[in-house]
This record gives sequence, structure tokens and C-alpha cells, in this order.
Amino acid sequence: MSDLVIQIRDMTRTYVMGAEEVHALRGVSLEIRRNEYVAIMGPSGSGKSTLMNMIGCLDTPSSGEYWLNGQEVSRMGDDALARVRNKEIGFVFQTFNLLPRASALQNVELPLVYGGVGAKDRRERSKAALTRVGLGDRMEHRPNELSGGQRQRVAIARALVNEPAILLADEPTGNLDSTTSEEIMRVFESLHAQGQTIIMVTHEPDIAAHAERTVVLKDGKVSSDTTNRRGAAA
Amino acid sequence: MLIRDAVGMALNTIRVQKLKSFFSLLGVLIGVTFLIAVVSIVQGMNVYMEDQFANKLIGLNTFQLRRMSNFNSGNVTEDMWREWQRRPRINYQEAAYLEDNVQTPVLYSRYCSENLDMLWDGKTAKQIDIQTADAPYFQIKNYEIASGRTFTPQEAKVGAAVIVVGWEITDKLFKGADPIGKSVMIAGIPYRVVGQIAKQGTLFGISLDKFAVVPFDAPIHRAVCRLGFMDELHVRADNPAAMKLAVNEVEGLMRIQRRLKPAQENNFALQTAEGALEGWNKISAILMTALPALVAISLVVGGIVIMNIMLMAVAERTREIGIRKALGAKRADILAQFVVESATLSTVGALIGIGAGIGLAFLVRGVTPLPAAVAPWSVGLGVFLGVAVGMTAGIYPASRASRLDPIEALRQE
Repeated sequence: MSDLVIQIRDMTRTYVMGAEEVHALRGVSLEIRRNEYVAIMGPSGSGKSTLMNMIGCLDTPSSGEYWLNGQEVSRMGDDALARVRNKEIGFVFQTFNLLPRASALQNVELPLVYGGVGAKDRRERSKAALTRVGLGDRMEHRPNELSGGQRQRVAIARALVNEPAILLADEPTGNLDSTTSEEIMRVFESLHAQGQTIIMVTHEPDIAAHAERTVVLKDGKVSSDTTNRRGAAA
Repeated sequence: MLIRDAVGMALNTIRVQKLKSFFSLLGVLIGVTFLIAVVSIVQGMNVYMEDQFANKLIGLNTFQLRRMSNFNSGNVTEDMWREWQRRPRINYQEAAYLEDNVQTPVLYSRYCSENLDMLWDGKTAKQIDIQTADAPYFQIKNYEIASGRTFTPQEAKVGAAVIVVGWEITDKLFKGADPIGKSVMIAGIPYRVVGQIAKQGTLFGISLDKFAVVPFDAPIHRAVCRLGFMDELHVRADNPAAMKLAVNEVEGLMRIQRRLKPAQENNFALQTAEGALEGWNKISAILMTALPALVAISLVVGGIVIMNIMLMAVAERTREIGIRKALGAKRADILAQFVVESATLSTVGALIGIGAGIGLAFLVRGVTPLPAAVAPWSVGLGVFLGVAVGMTAGIYPASRASRLDPIEALRQE
């Protein structure tokens, strides 16, 4: 039981759009263990973005339960969710989402600022995180002075700096060329090897093939859940 | 770190968009400029009126007993004026009675004055303020003798034809030459110059040096005063407390001498520096009442402009807010960020306003006779208002930012 990082039971999410009700999730159940590397796939409209927002605690389900690292987050309020996002989740976005006017180091420090970590400790941990993704020599650069791959590595450093329970990546290679995509995938693999739990949303099968397990959504439900042969595409 | 971030971000916005920022800060800037400039001028005037006006014209710890006050503020009706004209003049007996009966140690001098021409060596100095006074007059007025001497009690007693001249006489009539020992003619009678009073300067641009003093009983007396009467009796005490006592004593003794019933008003005037300042105090009170309204209007307008700027900033930076929320910023964190940013903007406006206000005050001091002194409390208040207006104006935009849905915010381009 304690080995489970994520436990989702009969999760539904319904949006009201004008007079129409949109059922984005129609009863999803999913369990993810510590140090798993999971790819979530599905065509557009399958509910994978909604599921990612749920896992990332950016949204709460209409019904069902969501337990993250032993806490029931499906019943939490805004501020409690913010705290969970800060401590338990490291986001990596398709468009990097770095603050343009802040240096790489300042971007990486941001989760620690909201986590209430002291200035000195913050700096040291952020430098360590940037060094870990191979950007020890680019800490004072601003995002527009970095290449796409470097920006995504800053984002990964920012996601890891608070030692979250899960690394949640949303199309992490969507804005990168194939060489850089491979480079980012190697970073993910090395993090996974060090024990990090990774959940990656993608629509590219060859990116998903880097994961150990692939969950496919269709029409708001899990349509297949398969284990890949480890490192098949690498 | 959060506050420093927000301050830095606000300063960065100002730096990048100088012109837009300047206009957005204009309201706060003008409000604070007004505040500093008006307070500086009023304060400067206060100091000036007390130091220069009251003390030069009336003298420190000094009051004058007169038929009527010559500093009037407010409405003087024709009836009041006629009543004043009917009042008896101050006479020698009254003055002597006061000298004998006032207990507080004070100096006295009878005083009359008239504008007369003064001649020397074929030249004429027109309309010189010729003052007749007793020997203690120089001490009462605190006149410094630049050269020579004042007249002696003996000269005063016999009404000797000696004269102590003001700076402008030496300057204009003698062209700067040493006036001591020279003989000037006033109304056909020669007077020997025995002393020279140090330069008094100007008051609102009017010279205070165009005068000369002769003994009260000097021959010119008949051209200046009606015999047996005086324009004013000058009284000087050692300190403000003694002066107050003396004023009360003189008032009581004068009422006794003039047999005034308790219901009757004084038919004489006791003129103090405080009384002379009354008119100015009224003007400054009006200015200080109008000022908050002026400042408040500018600040309200300034606050609304800043609020709009902040609403625009929130709209432009929706994605940034989404990122911050995804990384764990709580509502309060976002709220604080934008309030601090708004306060910083407004405070920058206030600081520029303080600079402009001080500049304006010095400009007024430079080009007009009005003095100006910057009051530290007004600078403090300016900064406080800047922060307060910014925080208030920032609350609504900041609360909108803090309530944004992170998913929606992240989706924005």
C-alpha cells in the first residue's frame, strides 16, 4: 500500500459549457507505484489533458477519489492544493513555461520560494538541481539566451528542486527537434534510474516507448494499460 | 525574496516603459508635489513671519500700547473704524502712571513717527521715516549700532538735536561715507548724526533701513506728534512669560485710568507679535485646510490610474500567474506580489513628487521674496501616502490575479 504513489478510483470530471455537459473523464481508475515510468497516451478529446490536470492537482474531480502519496487530494481546498503542488509535484510543460525576465537560477528557485525555504539553502539546492541536468555553467542566463533543449532542462531542474513525489511531464518534447528530444529522454531515463517516479503525457508513440508502462485513454476511460519491454526504443 | 522580486519587477516595468509609467504615476506625483510644495511654503512663511515680520516690526518679547491696532485681519466695518477714530490718544500721564505701577520689570519708550524729508549738502532724502523715541528704544527694538552711539538719557531728557540714522540714509545721502558728526536738516532744524544702525534688510522686498531716530522731545517733535500725546508706548519684557504678565498689568491699569466699566470694551489696543501674526495665521489655516482636499483629489485620480495599469499588468501576465500557481503559489502569495508591485509603482511616483515639490519650494524661494522650508514630516507623509495609495489601488487587480484558475491561466498565450 505504501508503495503506491497515485491511487485514482472511479474519477469523473464533467464540465458545463453553456447548456451542454461535457464528460471529460467517465470513471478512470489508475494506480501508479513508486519509481514507475508511465506514459499516458490518447487522441485529442480522450481526456488525457484533464487527467493530467487532476494528477497535477490543478483541478479536482467531480466524483471519485484521488490519493497522492497517502493524502486524499480530491477533497482539498485551493491553498492545500497549492501546497501539494509545491511539495509533491514537479511540472514539465511542452512550452517550458519559464519566467522570461528571470535567470535560470531564479526560475529554479521559484518553487522553493513558495515552499518557504531560506535564501541561502534555496540557492544551494537550485544550483545543485541545475548541475544535475548539466546546466551548471548557464545559471545566470535568461530563458531567451538558452536553446530549447536547455530551457527544457531548466524546467526539469525546477521540477526536481523540491524533490517531488512525481515528475509530471506534459508533451515534454512537443516543441523540440528529434535530437534534442532524445537528449531530454536520456535525462528522464537517468532520473528514473535514480528512483524518480515519472508520468508523461504524450501523443508520440516513439516518445511513449521510453516509458515502462503505457496507459491509453479513449473517450474519458482507460482503454489499455500495457507494460513495455524496458528500454525497447532506446 | 518575494517582496524584493515584486519591487524589482515593478521597477523593471517602469524602466522598460518610461513614458507610460510616467503618465500612470502623474496623479500621485502631482498630489505629493502639491503637498510638499505648499507645506514647505507655509512652513517657511511661518518661520519667516515669526522671525522676521513679527520680531523686526514689533520686536522680541515686546508689545505696543496704541490707540488702535495697525495690523487688522478680518472685516473692519465702518462703524468699527469710526469708533477707533473717536478713541483718546495715549497721553504722557497714562504712560507715566504705567511706569510707576507696572510690577513686572520692563523697558519703556514713547514713540511717534512721520515721513519727512532730510537734507544734507544740497541733497534731499525724501520721505524718511523719522521716529521720535526715548533712550531704551534701541534696546527694545534690538537695533545693533554699527558705528557711533545711541543718544544718552541726558540727550533724550533735554530733547537734544541729535540723530541716529538707518543704513539707507548713509547709503543714499552720504554715499557710503562715515555719517558720524555730520549735520542733517529736517524741517529747517539741524541735527548732528551720532550713530548708525546696522543694516536691517528687507521684509517682502520692502526696505527696513529707510528711517532715523531722534529723542522723543527733540525739536522735530511738534512736526511728528501732538504735544502731550504719543502714537505708541513700546514695552519690552525679559521673556515671553514676563511679557504676558506685563500685557495683563498694562491692560488692567489702562482700564482703571480710563474708568472703563466691566462691560465696556478696551478703548486702546495692545499689539503683540502674536496679534500681528493673526492675519497670516488665518491665511495659513485656509491653505492647510484646502491642501488635504487638493492632495486627496490628486491621489484618488492617481490611485484609479494605477489600478488600471495593474489590471492591464494582470491581463498581460496571466500565464506567469498560472506558472506561479502551478509551482505552488497560494492566493495570498499572488495577492501580495501584485499589491507590492502596485505600492512600488506608486511610491516611485511619490518619490518623484517629493523631489518636484522640494524643487518647486526652492524655486519659489529663489524667485520671490516668499521663503520656503521643507518640513520633514511632509516628506514622511508623502512617502506614506505613496505606499498607501499604491496598496489600496493594487488590492482589486491583485485579488483578480489571485483568483485566476491555473489551468485557464496556463493556456493563455
